Amino acid sequence: MSESVDAAVALAHRREWAQLLAVLARTTGDLDLAEECVQEAFASALVVWPTSGVPDRPGAWLTRVARNRALDELRRRAAFRQRLPLLVTDGSVSPPDSALDDDRLRLVFTCCHPALSREAQAALTLRLVCGLSTGEVARAFLVSEATMAARLTRAKKKIATARIPYRTPPPESLGERLSVVLEVVQLIFTTGHTAPAGPGLVRHDLLDRALDLGRLLHLLMPTSAEVSAQLALMLFTSSRATARVSASGRLLLLSEQDRSLWNATLIEQGVALLVEALRRGPPSRYTLQAAIAATHASAPSWEATDWQEIVALYERLFVLWPSPVVALNRAVAVGMRDGPSAGLDALSPLLSEPALATYPYLSAARADFLRRLGRIPEAASAYEEALVLTSNDVERRFLLERLGSL
Amino acid sequence: MAKYMLLIFGDQAQWDAMTPEEWKTHDAAHEAFRDAAGAGVKGGAQLESPQVATTLRAGSDGGLLLTDGPFLETKEGLGGYYLVEADDLDQVTKLAALLPEVRASHSAVEIRPVVDHG
Repeated sequence: MSESVDAAVALAHRREWAQLLAVLARTTGDLDLAEECVQEAFASALVVWPTSGVPDRPGAWLTRVARNRALDELRRRAAFRQRLPLLVTDGSVSPPDSALDDDRLRLVFTCCHPALSREAQAALTLRLVCGLSTGEVARAFLVSEATMAARLTRAKKKIATARIPYRTPPPESLGERLSVVLEVVQLIFTTGHTAPAGPGLVRHDLLDRALDLGRLLHLLMPTSAEVSAQLALMLFTSSRATARVSASGRLLLLSEQDRSLWNATLIEQGVALLVEALRRGPPSRYTLQAAIAATHASAPSWEATDWQEIVALYERLFVLWPSPVVALNRAVAVGMRDGPSAGLDALSPLLSEPALATYPYLSAARADFLRRLGRIPEAASAYEEALVLTSNDVERRFLLERLGSL
Repeated sequence: MAKYMLLIFGDQAQWDAMTPEEWKTHDAAHEAFRDAAGAGVKGGAQLESPQVATTLRAGSDGGLLLTDGPFLETKEGLGGYYLVEADDLDQVTKLAALLPEVRASHSAVEIRPVVDHG
C-alpha cells in the first residue's frame, strides 16, 4: 500500500508539478511562495494519501492544498503589512484563447529569460518547471547545495526586483526567446548525456527531465518546427543511450555499438517529428542535427553509413552554426568518406583553433586517424593528450584502452 | 510601473573622436528614444568627461579626502543616464535598444531597477 502511494505521489509530481507551480506563481505573484506551497502540497500527499487513499484527480487535490496554504500565507502577510516585490503578471499580451496562454509556458519563458545567466536559466528550469530539489539541481551541475541554493535565490530575486514579466513573449520576440528556451533544454540534455565528470557516462535522470521538457514544449507549441526538431534530436540521441556503454562500463563509439540495442520506438518518434519539422519550414540548427542523427539511425552499420549525406548535412549546419565543434564533426565525417589521410587534412586547420585547445574530442579524433594510418607514436601522443583533457571516468577508460592496444 | 536607471557607459576618448556628422546621427537616435519613451522619461543628462570628475571620500586622518578623477579609474566611464518609468524589464529593454550606445563596440547601457520605497 505505502509503496503504491509513494509511486502515485512520484507520478503526480512528474505530471503535475509544473502546472501547479505555474498556476500558483500567477495567482500569488510570488515564485518563492508558489514553490513553498507546492512543495508542501506534495509533502501532505505523502502523509494523507496512505489513509485517505489516492484521490481520483490527484492534480485537483494538490492544487486545492497548495492554494489554501498560499491563501493562509498571503493573509498573514497582509496582517503584518509585509510588502514584497511581486511578479509582473500582465495577461493582456496574448489573447485568452491563444494556445500560448498557458501557465506552464509562462513559467518556462520566465525561467529562461535572456536577462538571466545561462546557469541561472538552467537551474531555475530544473527547480521550478521540473520540480527537482535544490540538492538534485546542485548535483546536476556539480556544485554544492549551498552554492545552488544561493544561485536560485539570486535568480528569483532578480525576476521579482528587475520585474522580469511572468508571461509568454509577444509574437515579435517569440522566435528569439524560444531559441533561448531550447538552448537551456539542450544544455540539460547534454549535461545528462555525457556527465562532465564522475563515474557514470549517462545521467538518465537529467535525460528524462530534458525529454519531459521537450515533450511539454511540443504539446504546447505543436506548430513550431524548431521545437519538433529539437525534440527529435534528443530522441535520436537517447535512443542510443544504453548502447553507448559496454557491459564492463567502457564507452562504445558509434562504430562499435550494437545497433540492435538502439531504441526503435524513440527512433520512430524522432523520424516523425523530423518529418514534421522539415514540412513546417526551412531547416534550423536542430533540424540539421536531427537529420544527421537520423542518417546514423537508419544506417545498417558504421561502414554502410551514408557519409556523403552526413558531410553535406554538416556543411549546411556549419553555415547556420559556425562553431568549431561542428567543424570538427564535419572533418571526422570527411575522414570517414574519403579515408583517414583526408580526415587528418580536414582536422589540421582546427589544431590552431583556441576554442578547441582543451577539447578532448579533437585529440581523440586525430589519434584515431593516425592509428588507422599506422602512425603509432603520433597516435599514442594524441591519445595521451586527450586523456589529459577529459575528466569523465568512462571516457578515460576508453582512451586508456585505445592507447594500450596500439 | 517601476523606475529604472539607464546608465550609459563608454570610452570617453571614442566619444571625443566622433565627427559632427556622427554626433548628428547620435543625437537623432537619442531623440527617437525620448519620443518612444514619451512621458516615461523622468530625467536624464549627458555627463562631462570623467577626466573632470572630483571624488570625495573618507581620508585616513578622519577628515575628507578630495581627489581628482572618477571613483572607478577604468577606461570606460559613465557618460550619461536616463531615469525612466516602465511596466517591466521587457518594456525598458525595448526602449534602451533604441539608444545609439548599445550599437557602438566601446559602449553599453546598464539597466538598473530603482528601489521602490513605496
